[in-house]
Parts: sequence; structure tokens; C-alpha cells
Amino acid sequence: MAAAAAGPGTGSGPGDSPEGPEAEAPERRRKAHGMLKLYYGLSEGETAGRPPGSDPLDPTDLNGAHFDPEVYLDKLRRECPLAQLMDSETDMVRQIRALDSDMQTLVYENYNKFISATDTIRKMKNDFRKMEDEMDRLATNMAVITDFSARISATLQDRHERITKLAGVHALLRKLQFLFELPSRLTKCVELGAYGQAVRYQGRARAVLQQYQHLPSFRAIQDDCQVITARLAQQLRQRFREGGSGAPEQAECVELLLALGEPAEELCDEFLAHARGRLEAELQSLEAELGPSPPAPDVLEFTDLGGSGFVGGLCQVASAYQELFAAQGPAGAEKLAAFARELGGRYFALVERRLAQEQGSGDNSLLVRALDRFHRRLRAPGALLAAAGLAEAATEIVERVARERLGHHLQGLRAAFLGCLTDVRQALAAPRLAGKEGPGLAELLANVASSILSHIKASLAAVHLFTAKEVSFSNKPYFRGEFCSQGVREGLIVGFIRSMCQTAQSFCDSPGEKGGATPPALLLLLSRLCLDYETATISYILTLTDEQFLVQDQSPVTPVSTLCAEARETARRLLTHYVKVQGLVISQMLRKSVETRDWLSTLEPRNVRAVMKRVVEDTTAIDVQVGLLYEEGVRKAQSSDSSKRTFSVYSSSRQQGRYAPSYTPSAPMDTNLLSNIQKLFSERIDVFSPVEFNKVSVLTGIIKISLKTLLECVRLRTFGRFGLQQVQVDCHFLQLYLWRFVADEELVHLLLDEVVASAALRCPDPVPMEPSVVEVICERG
Amino acid sequence: MEDDAPVIYGLEFQIHIVDFDDENNIISKNVLLHQVGEIWHISTSPADKGVLATCYNKPSDSKVLTCAAVWRMPKELEPGGHESPDDSTSPAHTLELLCHLDNTAHGSMACVAWEPAGDGKKVISLADSHILLWDLQESSSQAVLASSASLEGKGQLKFTSGRWSPHHTGTQVATANDTTIRGWDTRSMSQIYCIENAHGQLVRDLDFNPNKQYYLASCGDDCKVKFWDTRNVAEPVKTLEQHSHWVWNVRYNHSHDQLVLTGSSDSRVILSNMVSISSEPFGHLVDDDDLSDQEERRPEGKSQEPPQDSVIATYEEHEDSVYAVDWSSADPWLFASLSYDGRLVINRVPRALKYHILL
Repeated sequence: MAAAAAGPGTGSGPGDSPEGPEAEAPERRRKAHGMLKLYYGLSEGETAGRPPGSDPLDPTDLNGAHFDPEVYLDKLRRECPLAQLMDSETDMVRQIRALDSDMQTLVYENYNKFISATDTIRKMKNDFRKMEDEMDRLATNMAVITDFSARISATLQDRHERITKLAGVHALLRKLQFLFELPSRLTKCVELGAYGQAVRYQGRARAVLQQYQHLPSFRAIQDDCQVITARLAQQLRQRFREGGSGAPEQAECVELLLALGEPAEELCDEFLAHARGRLEAELQSLEAELGPSPPAPDVLEFTDLGGSGFVGGLCQVASAYQELFAAQGPAGAEKLAAFARELGGRYFALVERRLAQEQGSGDNSLLVRALDRFHRRLRAPGALLAAAGLAEAATEIVERVARERLGHHLQGLRAAFLGCLTDVRQALAAPRLAGKEGPGLAELLANVASSILSHIKASLAAVHLFTAKEVSFSNKPYFRGEFCSQGVREGLIVGFIRSMCQTAQSFCDSPGEKGGATPPALLLLLSRLCLDYETATISYILTLTDEQFLVQDQSPVTPVSTLCAEARETARRLLTHYVKVQGLVISQMLRKSVETRDWLSTLEPRNVRAVMKRVVEDTTAIDVQVGLLYEEGVRKAQSSDSSKRTFSVYSSSRQQGRYAPSYTPSAPMDTNLLSNIQKLFSERIDVFSPVEFNKVSVLTGIIKISLKTLLECVRLRTFGRFGLQQVQVDCHFLQLYLWRFVADEELVHLLLDEVVASAALRCPDPVPMEPSVVEVICERG
Repeated sequence: MEDDAPVIYGLEFQIHIVDFDDENNIISKNVLLHQVGEIWHISTSPADKGVLATCYNKPSDSKVLTCAAVWRMPKELEPGGHESPDDSTSPAHTLELLCHLDNTAHGSMACVAWEPAGDGKKVISLADSHILLWDLQESSSQAVLASSASLEGKGQLKFTSGRWSPHHTGTQVATANDTTIRGWDTRSMSQIYCIENAHGQLVRDLDFNPNKQYYLASCGDDCKVKFWDTRNVAEPVKTLEQHSHWVWNVRYNHSHDQLVLTGSSDSRVILSNMVSISSEPFGHLVDDDDLSDQEERRPEGKSQEPPQDSVIATYEEHEDSVYAVDWSSADPWLFASLSYDGRLVINRVPRALKYHILL
């Protein structure tokens, strides 16, 4: 206040504030408050209100606590031009005035309050004086009361002590009475069978009797008690041994016996022995269920029985034991664990035997439910007796059963596949007997494919039960990982596809190489089946599997491509084998026809031999058969009437040019030279070349094999003139009909040319037939 | 002359004696006329290098009958004789007939086999379903039928091929008919073993392992070559499937029986290394440096360590079916093959393999 009052004096000057007083009011009020606060030392409020950046210690700050008028003036005078000095002077005067008027207002406003405050204080002074007097009176009264009270206590003291003593005696007498009555009470309790009560009494009295046993009367009581207790213990043991009553009662007996201070070890052995007896009875009843002759209850019922009977009993025993013999420490726990292990092992053996009986059946849901029960029931004792490893063993059993189921399903799938094959064989054989048209191979194929697929799906659905969420063991690591990836995907699906391929391939290796063992149509069908698997089915099945069994296992699995490659290889081998078998059939026909005929003394050819017609017929039949399952394939471009054109070339120029010199003995080399030159320009014919998956390639293979056989057979024979001509006719006939089946008709021409040329070489009198005559005969035939 | 490797092959009505001079790589040829007919089979006496037997077609008006005869070639053409300056322009020589093997009662002769390592007096011939043992007497000028046996069964049984085992002091002969291989004891002329369905189709040829007495190789129309242990004929010891058409010939190398030569009508000759069933011990060490700078190494010819059965080389020089292959009797590393078009190809075992076997 002093500083603020000094302010106006130093900076007084004329000039009014340019702003109205209303606008300035809040600013001024704040300033006034600030000063008050400053005065009362409330600096924190001020620092909060102060604009940031200004130094509170700055002596030039008008509102600052350390304002120094001299320094401020000095600063102003030094720094400011005159005009600004004038301005600040005016400003300051205005502010001082405002402050003055503020002060005045404050005083006026609060005047009344001051006055009333003074009055109040004066009144209070009077009142307090009155109160002091009354307090003094109260103090004296209290002193009198205290005095009286002390006197009463002193009088009662004596009596109180006597009462306390009497109460003590009374309690003692009661205890003594209890002790004296103890033997009779105990006897009564024992008679009534209230063993619990008796043991409690005995427990209460024991310590006292122990302590005062040097007194003869107490000693007598103690002796009595001991006799009775011994009898009690005897009876308890008796009851315990009889074992007729249930596990809880036995547990009670044991508890009482323990309280009687019987040796715990012996008791726990005995307890376990009894429990064993009971559980063994359970096991025996289970075993009786297993018995070979009676109609065994279904597996669900069996596991229920086992779960409620044996596992429940085991649970009770375990929990009772743990309660009773907790004090036994690790040795006791170990005993129990061994006990549980042994009995559990026998139980598992029984369950496994029962489950083994179940292996043959096809119903998975019942089995899974039974396993679920079994597993669930064993979780409780498993938690109680972690050391006995019951839960692990149970999980192992479940896993083993799951594995066996997988194996069973794999077997089932294989059997289904073989069954399909048998059906196909029958279907292939039947219409032939009835003399109908060839069987609808495409239809058979579709049947086989769909039947296998449905079997696979059924198997997948069946094993999927093992991983269902509600099944208690489905979240075990085995079922989450290995079961899905290794078991189902690898073991079941991949294993089945592999075994399917193997079964199919085994048809190629069958010892019946003469073609009698496997109907060729079956080979063809299997080949197409494998090819279909390669293109679509495998990836479909595997995707299905992966979707159903969300494989979380990281272990490596067989990629689709490998399986596809295997299937493709199988398809290729089957088709190749088909070609070989069919080629062999036609070859044998041709070979027999060449070997058995007497070519030297044959007559002039009038007809195409029947066997050639048969060959063409068979080839056509094969063409139809293959066409049912395989696509056409690519041929080399050719003109529609190419057979005739080629024939004319072959019959005119080649026949004369090629083997005319062969029977002029003077120039034997010419033949070789010519044939060699001719061969230089033709490609080598690979007789058993790999087959592609189309009809033309298959037919080409078969025809190649047949014609090569014809060629080799012809070379082993000697022909008369007409024999040669017959061969000519036959070859022309073959050429007329076979070219349409093959990819490159040039091949047929080459081979047939070779046959005729070879026949000419093997003929001592080679006079070829006129091409026109050959044509006429062929067209007639 | 050690380097000379005479090879004899038959073309109709002629027998060519081809001399191959290994040092100079020169081939010379002598022609012998065989006037009686077309030759189907030819075999030489093991005792007298001038004597050979042929099976030939005897032309007759309506039927072809294959007969067999024993011949002596002119002295100056005997292989290993003096170097004759003959070339193809010289007049052809004629064979001297020693004797006929009379087969009028037995049918066509399929082949003639001499007793190996014998004195050239015993010959087996196969005629249709009969197996005939002949004694050649008076320096082979007379053939006396010593004993015979015949196949019995349904249908027309016909022998296709036969070999005389070099073991058991020449008392065993193996024959092939259709898909069956049979072994015979020449003393009693009774069957000692029989491999039914040895091949899926016709068996074309047989050969005995020269060093292992119970081992037999066979080949046939199922494109396979099979190796048998005649003591246990239920299963072949080994099967090869390298050819793509009928295999006409299979021959063991005379001294190194892991080398097996096969010729087939797919125009290929395949030389295989059957180490696993050979008489030679496995895995003798080879200094690789010795092999490093060999010329003409065929990619297939490189045999690995440890040795495995493998194809050493496939010879594709022939343009047509190969009907005969054989090893040189003088040089174990030389062999010849003959094809339908009359081409005779003489090849050597790849040198790398040769040293591998020798060292």
C-alpha cells in the first residue's frame, strides 16, 4: 500500500486516460487484488496472474514486488523520447487516480462491516466472562464425584476377589468331574457307537491325564481310559476292516483312528489295501463285462461303467487319502501315486481291450463319445494325482485309438477302392457275356470316382469327430497338430492316394504278362482315373482336408504337386501297359497267322486274310474304347484321301526300285545300299515309345507294336511267290484301314513297306502283284 | 596272333570270315560259299578252328526243312592262319562237307551247340521238340546219334535256342522253347530244371555265365533280359528292361562276366555292367588319376564307386534290327554285332571301363 501510495506522488501530471473507466475496471480491480495479496504474502496467486516472461525481481516492473521508483524513472528518462515520457506520465497519472478512487470505494463499502464486527467482539467478551464462572463450578463438582467413587471401589474390592476364586474352583471341579466320569462316558459312547464323540472326549482328556498321571486317582482314570480307548480302537479297526461300509465311512474310521494316535503309516497301508480291494472288485465287474461270451454292452456304456465305478472310486480314495494322510509328506504321496498307477494301469488295460473290440466297427461317433467320457472322467483323478500320470496315460490311449481308427479308415478306403475295382471287373465282364455293346466306360469311371470320393468324405467326416470342439481331448496338442497333419492328411488321405496309385501300378507288374490277368478296359479306366486325380481330384481332396482340419502343425507335409506327379506317373504307366497289352493281343494274332501258315505253297491271293480283318476290327474296337475315356489328340496334317496317294507311291516306285534288284544275285549290295539310304531319310521308329494321354497316341502305340511284330515274324519265314503277294494284299488292306488311327500315317506306311520289302527279300521268286489288282482285292474284301 | 579277332557271320548262301586287325584297324574278309542253302544258325568247333556247323534251309518244292551239317573250311582261310592277301574279288572258296546231322525223323534244326572245352566230338542239336546228342567220329566225318530226348506236352513244342554249359564238365545243356527254359543232363538226357514262364513271351536266347556255374542269362520278346540262378528258378536274380523291342541275343563276356551284351530288334546293342551278380569281387580301388586322361569316354561308360549295375553304352550304329551279337574269343574287349541290313559293327569296350576292371 505504501508503495502504491508513493506512486502517484512521483508521477503526478496532467492528462486524462483515453479509455473509459468501465473498460478499465476489471484490470484495475485485479491490480488492486494483486497488491492486497502482495501485502498478505500470497505470492502464488500473483505469479499465476502475471503475464509470462516478466521477471518478478525486475525493479522496473510497476506491479512487481521489487519495484524501485528511482530505477524506473531513470530507465524511463534514459530510454524514452520526450513524447513517450509524456504519454507514460499521463498514463501513470490516470492509473493513480483510478487507484485512489478504488481505495475510497472499498473503504465506503466495508465501513458498516467494520462497525458490526467491533460490536460483536465486544459482546463476546461479556459472554465469555460468564462462562468461565460456570466452568469453575463444574470442576469442583467433579472432584466430589471422584472422591465418592474411589471410596465405593475400596469397599467392594474384597468381595470381588472371593468371587473370582470361587469361579476358578467351580471350573476345576467341573473338569475333575468330567475326568471322573470319562471312563463311563467313553464306555457309553462306545456302546452307542458314537465313536466320534468318544474320540473327542479322549482327545480332550488325554493331555490332562498325561500331566497328572503321578496322582494315583488320575492314574486309575487314565488306565481305565486307555483300556476303553484300546477297545475303541479295536472296534474302529474292526469296522474299518470289515470294509462293508462305503469309502466315506472308512475314511471317517481312519480319521478317528488317526486322532487316537494310531501309527499313520500302518493305517495308510491298510487304507490303501482296502481301497484296492474295492477297486479290484470294480475292475472285476468291468472285466466280466468284457467277457467273450455275453453280449458286451456298447463301448459308451462300458466307459460309463468304468468311469462311475472305478474312476469315481479312485477319486474318492485319492481325495480321502490326501485329506487324511496329508501329514505323511512326499512318501505318502508317492505311495498313493504308485497305488493309482498300478490300478490305473489295469483299468487302462481293460479299457484298451474293450476299445480293441471296437476297432472293427464302423461307428465313430459312439467311439468318440466313449473316449470323450473316458478322458473326461480321468481328468479329475489326473488333477488329484499328477504324479500317477493318469491323465497322460489316458491321453495316450485316446491317441492310440485315434491312430488305430485312422489305420482302420485307411484300410476301409483301400477295401472300398478294391471293391470298386471288383465291381468294375464284373461290369466289364457281364455285358460281354450278354453279348451287348461295350460297357459304358465313362459311366463306370464316373461311378468309381464318385464312390471313392464319397468314401473319402465319409472317412474324413468320421475322423473329424475326433477334433470336434465339444470333445474333451480335442485341444490336446496331438489332436490339434499331429493328428490333423500327420494322421489325417498324411496318413489317411495321402496314404490312400498313394496306395491307390500302388494298387493301380501293381496291375502293370502283374506276372500275367500275357494280358489275361487284368482286363485292358480296367487298365484304361484306372489310367483315366489317375489322370483325373492328377488334374483335379487330388487338389480338391487335399483342400477339403486342410479346410476341415485346420492344420496348425508345422511339420512338413507332402505337397500336392508331388502327389499329382505320382498320380500322373501311375496314369502314364497304366496307359503304357494298356498299349502293351492290347499291342500284344494283336501281335499274337498276327504272329500266329504268319507262323502257322505255309507260305511257300499258298495259292494266289483272292482275298484279304480274315486275320487282317480281325486286326482292323479289334483296332476299331480299341479305338472306340479309348475314345470313351480319352480325347482325340493331335494328328499330323494330312489330306483326306492320303491312303491311296501314298499307296501308289509305295507300290509303284518303291516296289520296283527297292526289291527288284534283290533277286539279281550279281548286285546284292544294292539292296542294302538302297534300304540304308532310304532309312537315312526316315526317322528311327521307337516301337515302345512313351504314350501321351490321348487316343491317337494310344492307338499309334498299339499299331506300332503290332506292325513291328508282323515285320519280325515275316523276316523269319520263307515266302513263295503267292505268299509274297498275299502279304502285299494284307499290308495294303491294313494300310487302307489303319492310317486313320495314328498320329502320323507315314509311320504305318513305313512299317508296312518294310514288311513287304522284308517278305520280298525272304522270297526266292519275288514277283509282286499288280497294284491295281491289290486294290481291287482289298476293296472287294 | 593275339590281336586278330576273327568273326564269322552268315548271309544267305555265303559265309564271310572277317579278320579284324586291331593294331592297324584293318578289316579283311574271306567268302566261303555255302551251296546247300540259307543259313539260320552257325557255330564253330571249340577244338578245331577249321570246323563249323550250320543249320540251313534246304530248299524243296513245297516245304522248308532246316537241316544241319558239319563243315571244314579250306586250310588257308582258317582264322589265325597265315595272312592271306584275299580281298572280295578273289574267287569264293567252297566248304568241305564233313557230315550231315540226319534229322529226317525229327524235324527242322533250330540250332547246333558244340561241347565247350571238349574235343570237338560232341554236338547237341535241337530239332523241333527233340534234343539230340551226336557223336562225331572219324575226324568228324560221321555223325552218330548218341542219345536223344524230346519235349512232351500239348501243342506243337519247338525249341528256339540252346546253350551248352561250360561248367559241370560239360554235362548240362539249357534249352528254350516258347516261354520256358529247361536244363538237361547230357548223360541221362533228362530234365534237371525247368523255368516256366521265364519270359512273358518267347525266349530268344540264353547264355551261361562263364565263371559262375549256376548263373544263366536269358532274353526274349518281352524286351527283357533276365538273370537266373538255376538252383532257385522261382524268381529271376535280376531283370533288365532297357530295350524297346524283342531282345534277340544275350552274351556274357568270356572273361569278365560283369559285361553283358544284348542285341535287339529296336536296332540297338547295349553293353551292361552287371557288377552285382558277377564273379568279380566288389569295389576294388581305382586310382582315378589313371582314368582321368582317357579318350572316347562315353557318358554312360563311367562306372561309379561303389560299382553299381549300369548300362555302359548303347550302340546305335545299326539302322535295322540287330539279330546277332558276340564277343571276340581272342580279345575280351572286342565285340561285334550284325543287323538285318547286313551291317557288321565291331566295337570295343570303353577304355576307361577296361582299365577300371583291370586295375
